[in-house]
Amino acid sequence: MDQASVAAGAAVEISLDGQLATEAAEREVKRAKAENLLEVRNLSTQFFTADGVVHAVDNVSFEIGYGETLGLVGESGCGKSVTALSLTRLVPDPPGKIVAGEILFEGVDLLKLSTDEIRRLRGKDIGFIFQDPLSSLNPTLTIGYQVSESIRQHMGLSPRAAKDRVVELLSKVGIPRPRDRLNDYPFQFSGGMRQRAMIAIALACDPKLLLADEPTTALDVTIQAQILELIHRLSEEFKTAVLLITHDLGIAAGMCDRINVMYAGRIVETGSTDQMFDNPRMPYTWGLLDSLPRLDDQRGGRLRTIEGLPPLLIRLPDACRFNPRCSYTRDLCREKEPELTEREEGHWARCHGTEPAGWIP
Amino acid sequence: MAGYLVRRILWLIPVLFVVTIITFTLMHLVPGGPWSSDKQVYGGVERAIAAKYHLNEPLWQQYGRWVFDFMRGDFGPSFKYADRSINQIIAEGLPATLQLGVMAFVLAIAVGIPLGIIAALGHNRWPDYLATGISMLGIATPSFVLAILLIVVFSVWLKALPPLGWKGPDTWVMPVLALAGYQIAQIARYTRASMLEVTRKDYVRTAHSKGLRERAVVVRHMIRNALIPVVTILGPILAFLVTGSFIIEAFFGIPGIGKYYVQGIVQRDYSLIMAMTVIYAFAVAALNVVVDVLYGYIDPRIRYS
Amino acid sequence: MTSRTTAVAPGSVEARRSTGIWRDAFGRLIKNRLAILGLLFVGFLVVLGILGPRFAPWPFDLQDTPAIIANNYRALVPLQSPAHLLGTDKLGQDILSRIMDGAQISLSVALVVQIVVLTIGLPIGALAGWFGGRLDTYLMRFTDVMYAFPDLLLIILMSVAFRDTAFGRLYSGLFLVFVAIGLTSWVTVARLVRGQLLSLKEMEFVEAAHALGVRDRNIVVRHLLPNAIGPIIVAVTLGIPGAILAEATLAYLGVGVQPPRASWGSLIAAGQPLIREAPHLVYLPGIMIALALISFTFLGDGLRDALDPKLKGKQ
Repeated sequence: MDQASVAAGAAVEISLDGQLATEAAEREVKRAKAENLLEVRNLSTQFFTADGVVHAVDNVSFEIGYGETLGLVGESGCGKSVTALSLTRLVPDPPGKIVAGEILFEGVDLLKLSTDEIRRLRGKDIGFIFQDPLSSLNPTLTIGYQVSESIRQHMGLSPRAAKDRVVELLSKVGIPRPRDRLNDYPFQFSGGMRQRAMIAIALACDPKLLLADEPTTALDVTIQAQILELIHRLSEEFKTAVLLITHDLGIAAGMCDRINVMYAGRIVETGSTDQMFDNPRMPYTWGLLDSLPRLDDQRGGRLRTIEGLPPLLIRLPDACRFNPRCSYTRDLCREKEPELTEREEGHWARCHGTEPAGWIP
Repeated sequence: MAGYLVRRILWLIPVLFVVTIITFTLMHLVPGGPWSSDKQVYGGVERAIAAKYHLNEPLWQQYGRWVFDFMRGDFGPSFKYADRSINQIIAEGLPATLQLGVMAFVLAIAVGIPLGIIAALGHNRWPDYLATGISMLGIATPSFVLAILLIVVFSVWLKALPPLGWKGPDTWVMPVLALAGYQIAQIARYTRASMLEVTRKDYVRTAHSKGLRERAVVVRHMIRNALIPVVTILGPILAFLVTGSFIIEAFFGIPGIGKYYVQGIVQRDYSLIMAMTVIYAFAVAALNVVVDVLYGYIDPRIRYS
Repeated sequence: MTSRTTAVAPGSVEARRSTGIWRDAFGRLIKNRLAILGLLFVGFLVVLGILGPRFAPWPFDLQDTPAIIANNYRALVPLQSPAHLLGTDKLGQDILSRIMDGAQISLSVALVVQIVVLTIGLPIGALAGWFGGRLDTYLMRFTDVMYAFPDLLLIILMSVAFRDTAFGRLYSGLFLVFVAIGLTSWVTVARLVRGQLLSLKEMEFVEAAHALGVRDRNIVVRHLLPNAIGPIIVAVTLGIPGAILAEATLAYLGVGVQPPRASWGSLIAAGQPLIREAPHLVYLPGIMIALALISFTFLGDGLRDALDPKLKGKQ
């Protein structure tokens, strides 16, 4: 981590308010005790709509260690984006609300912080990369300005120093001739360049955690690889932990140390990348793996899909949520929702059938 | 940007020409002439007038004469007000009309936009209800009704403001308010709707994710983008103001050019009509160019296309 | 359609279902209280306008001279006499009946003006938007001219020009005014349609239709216009207050409706000199105008909120 900027940031905080100094000290104590950078425990986020209460994130728990890259994989609408938004309390309220759980960031529960405290964390300790760089960038402000905003807000640098840092960031994310492009507007950039700019914004203050919500979904396939590689390289260089959200297991495989598979608001399997690919223990994961096109697929053959649609996240019964689409389903699956149980060290799955006593080998 | 500006200004010329041609044609399509509505005129006098004002020449020739005079800055004589030329009439009346219009416009923006922003930021809470309520009243009240109400309250009951004339600030209050009322409401509603839309935009979420203070998010990211659609309705608002000023002028006895306009049309005072139309059309078209430039300034995407 | 309140069988997990946009929109509209209020008043106006002439207590131009004489040659105020619930004017004409007549006029304004606006604006906007290029530029310059053209001028000129013709006498001179107002208001709709078409044209479903060999005309009529219809409906509804206002203003100036017929605007003009002794002559039509403007505005707002797929933060 960039010690100088941390020190500068801390100095600004202390000089602003004596109370902040006490808080910072408290946090240091907690930090020393925390093992994981992020611990999410029993997080539930719901949306209150005219049709009922949507359980977008239902009792979700996971951890991210310092510098670790965790993948959060699942279909559209399974709750992965809402999970990420919940981490920094960016869920639109109304109609959404985090109703339960703890989000321990370096030992401090983010859900208990005041609005001002969490605001100071955003952009500085936690960076966010959004899916669509075109709509996520303000069309009427220059790229240079937008990258510099969090720098000036959190790091207290002089305008010239901030500008230099912006140029440095832009070149780090691979934008050519960054000094010339400071005064360009988002619409003057190509899609890939815009996403690089977004990455620059997210990493501007050297955050400890990077939340990347489908960073490549809106881009061409050729650019996708470049962007992913960029994120990977930067996170290694700066020891930034990454939560990578994607619907593509292949992408997760290339970048993540561990993977969580989400379905219908719940985590249904979690483990290291190797464990996931060598020994998946949940039919949904099999479906996901199976649906990836392979180099040795026959031409003219059909792509494999998982039949059916994801469920409505309203009024869910106590049953396995995947069971209508599962080819191994049995009565037990319709009567009781399976729990997450440990299959190997660090590898958990939520399925009756693949339990040691179950019917799937 | 300069190219954009130049192009817009150049387009003014053909637009103005077309407007004048249409007006000229329409005017002369209307049966009768400057003398027909009121008094009976003897044949000899008719012929003399026709000769003096070239009314028997083919239309295109008359139009040509008019353009020629216009180029020299001469709007010609008034048919009805034989003692004054139109240039004089305009010189006398234009300042008051302009003053009224400009003040109403400034008031409309200065009150309407903040009202809309307050309503949007306090969405579904009391600021919203209050501001929206005020806008609703503004929409529901035609300018002449508002004028009546203002006079009744301030001149008759409270005896605080003079109901007529145009000298000094206390005569300005009511006419400007009556004229601007409807526009304030329109601008406020439009701004509110635009702000509400912007609140849901992704880039606002990005701004929050950077940990910016709420005020910075609102001012730098929301207001600026929300104003873009609002600027587009400023053009029609201006046009509305100019037309509306005629009524207000009549109402409050303001010595502007408004009353000449209506009378001129009814009395078929050709040169007066042409002059008024040109002024009006030029004002509207030019102001629209200003609005377009403003639009380009706020939204960089327009500038570069 | 799966009903929303059926009990869920144990173990069964409902899949998502899709609903039509119109049904969704209708549902949202119903829930909007202000819009429903607006709709109710608009409905009331419609009823008033259609039934008015038949059920009004007096013919609108009948002068009840005996009553005026009995009242010292002064206008009757509301509730003064059971025969004239809302009072009369100086000539003895019943205000209630005249207001009802005015309702019919305001409704006709709304209807005729918007028909004119759509008849001119839709095709021009569609042509400009669909074909783009030079045609678009020229049509847009044409709308610039219309914008710059003083509408009052056109309206008054037309009124004066055609006043003595058969066309001008239709409906007490009002039809003329409506057409004139329409001629000056179609620009907004044209621009809207053009904008819609320009953006929809780029969308992928149009490419798909093209690829399938659907003819241009069919693409516009069957695919683009239904999508553009939402904003058009909203624009038309929100344009009605402007038209009513224009007619009222013109009537106030003495242009358009000819006596003895009276629209709310001319009622106000007539009543203004008597405002001290008979204020009801001004405030009654004034209230009606206000209510009409507000209710169409609420309705238009409600339609816009209902048809906008992204709800405005409401639940």
